[in-house]
Amino acid sequence: MLTFTIRRLLLAIPTLLLISLVIFLLLELAPGDPMAQVPLTVPPEVKEKMRQALGLGEPVHIRYLKWIWQFFVIEPMNLIDAMFGTSLAEGQLRVISWQTRSPVMDIVAQRLPQTLWVVGVAYVVAVLIAIPIGVYSAYKQYSWFDQAGTFVTMVGFSVPPFFSGVLVIVIFSVNLGWFPSIYDTTHRVTDWDSFVVQLKQMIMPVMVLALQITSQISRFMRASMLDNLGQDYVRTARAKGMTESTVVLMHVLRNSMIPVVTVIALGIPSIFGGAIITEQVFKVNGIGQLLITAIQANDMPMVQTLTFIFAVLIVLFNLIADVLYGILDPRIRYD
Amino acid sequence: MTDTDDRRDDVPAEPAANPAGAGAAPALDPASTYRAPRNQWLDVWDQFKSHRGALIGAAVFILILLAVTIGPYIWTIDPTYIDIRAKNQGPTLAHPLGTDQLGRDTLSRMLAGGRVSIAVGLTAMALSILIGTVIGVIAGYFKRLDGPLMRFTDLFLALPLLPLLLVAVLLFRDMLSKTFGPEGGVFILIVSLIGITSWMQTARIVRGDVLALKEREFVLAGRSIGTPSRRMITRHILPNVLSPIMVSATLGIATAIITESALSFLGFGFPPDFPTWGRLLFDSVDRMQLYPERVIWPGLAISLTVLSVNYIGDGLRDALDPRIRGR
Repeated sequence: MLTFTIRRLLLAIPTLLLISLVIFLLLELAPGDPMAQVPLTVPPEVKEKMRQALGLGEPVHIRYLKWIWQFFVIEPMNLIDAMFGTSLAEGQLRVISWQTRSPVMDIVAQRLPQTLWVVGVAYVVAVLIAIPIGVYSAYKQYSWFDQAGTFVTMVGFSVPPFFSGVLVIVIFSVNLGWFPSIYDTTHRVTDWDSFVVQLKQMIMPVMVLALQITSQISRFMRASMLDNLGQDYVRTARAKGMTESTVVLMHVLRNSMIPVVTVIALGIPSIFGGAIITEQVFKVNGIGQLLITAIQANDMPMVQTLTFIFAVLIVLFNLIADVLYGILDPRIRYD
Repeated sequence: MTDTDDRRDDVPAEPAANPAGAGAAPALDPASTYRAPRNQWLDVWDQFKSHRGALIGAAVFILILLAVTIGPYIWTIDPTYIDIRAKNQGPTLAHPLGTDQLGRDTLSRMLAGGRVSIAVGLTAMALSILIGTVIGVIAGYFKRLDGPLMRFTDLFLALPLLPLLLVAVLLFRDMLSKTFGPEGGVFILIVSLIGITSWMQTARIVRGDVLALKEREFVLAGRSIGTPSRRMITRHILPNVLSPIMVSATLGIATAIITESALSFLGFGFPPDFPTWGRLLFDSVDRMQLYPERVIWPGLAISLTVLSVNYIGDGLRDALDPRIRGR
């Protein structure tokens, strides 16, 4: 198991480097010049100097290596500095956003809590809803509950978040006026009333995101439960006279959770991608919204870094899922 | 487990009484008493029929297809015709779905938009299936190429696709618009981008199936009489991996439509005066407080199309699986 983990870890490094190269080169082609906004009265030499200050003007491969160095060495050092008050990265050039001329990671750090808060809660809610639904649908296969569940998961699959989000806004904030349609990120939770306000503004984005995730996970849960319910050990357990709840909840559920856990792990990065649209609908100024504005403003370092963060998350959670699978299911140890 | 034996119940009751539909093969002669050798696709169709959701889905999808292909010839109002005096109307006889803020007829815009959305969905699906099948078959059949091609697939799976799609649209939009015109250029761009970024699942499934097929006797027999690889693949391998390809093709339409709408919704899709369902939704979000119905129509159209396609895929998966069909 350990060798497998180490091998996968080592394999992840070239994958990440290749992805970073793809992202970097793709964005290198992008039109747009950070100096386009600078007035024409600024003389060309000064413009050239400003270009240099932004780290441009050097050949592509040097800039790529610098970016990688900044991403993997200098930014973590800054993180350590911020956490422990050390000064490892003092005076080192960080990845600078063209829009704000401030370090990209600082802006990401400002935006990350909103995204994590909304997306994380949505994910937890979705998993908590999905697992019981999947278990019960499989246990009562072809019952009305199963049929209804299948239909709801199909709808959850099919209704894109940019429609379900807009729909709940139309229903709950325009017509009924229950919840605000815009997520206010400056809101601080200090007492019970402000907590209620926070809860109200979170309900809609969380539910929209959760609907999608629930439908995926509950289908997996149902299929996995169905696989296991037909196994011999279930008959054995029943024959031994165990109660039905022990059979289903202790034996079958635990075995069925194995693939589901990996699906849950694999879904986490895609949720960050899916959150781009949900954040746009509810005007949550999280990472997804940051990416959209950065793309529109031609802020290449920002787009590069954000895209690469998404890629790192995908690779990381793939790795976690693989290792988890090996840990949970000893039959599938890879070594 | 309780296996419902649907097929046995309804097959003798109505012998090929339903000739309409996608997979309908030539109908059997109902008077003949001997069992004619049944076409495989007839079996598939029988199983497909027993899946009620899939049947309804197919009906809805065909209805939508007909509406967007024939509809514009019946409802002849030009979707780009601006009648500013008739702006922001509710449903009337002249405009059954009302008009938008420039007085353009919503129904004809919906039909024209659906045409584009579904055309994007079908073409992008075809492209992604083509890439996926080629890579999957090559990786499965030729052992030497398996490793590199699968690493390549893994690389694509690890890419954050939505951000890259957005960036790529921004990158190539102007270039392609210059050569193919604003609409044609964006169409080509979006179709090829969706195709390039959604073939991986197909490739993996096809590769797995090809790997299993390669161990079967008929492949060995074929090879022992000297069948060249090219004919081996086209005659023996491809027909046998058709069912997973068909299922992922159906589901691919759904993903492609959703991706196109998502791009349009984020403002990275077709130009503003060019209606697609995602674009119509995006345009009406600003006025949804006053005219919520304008948001509902395109959203409903997208969801209904995707839902019906997903149900078709579900039914097709069951119908094409000979293990289920035999029951």
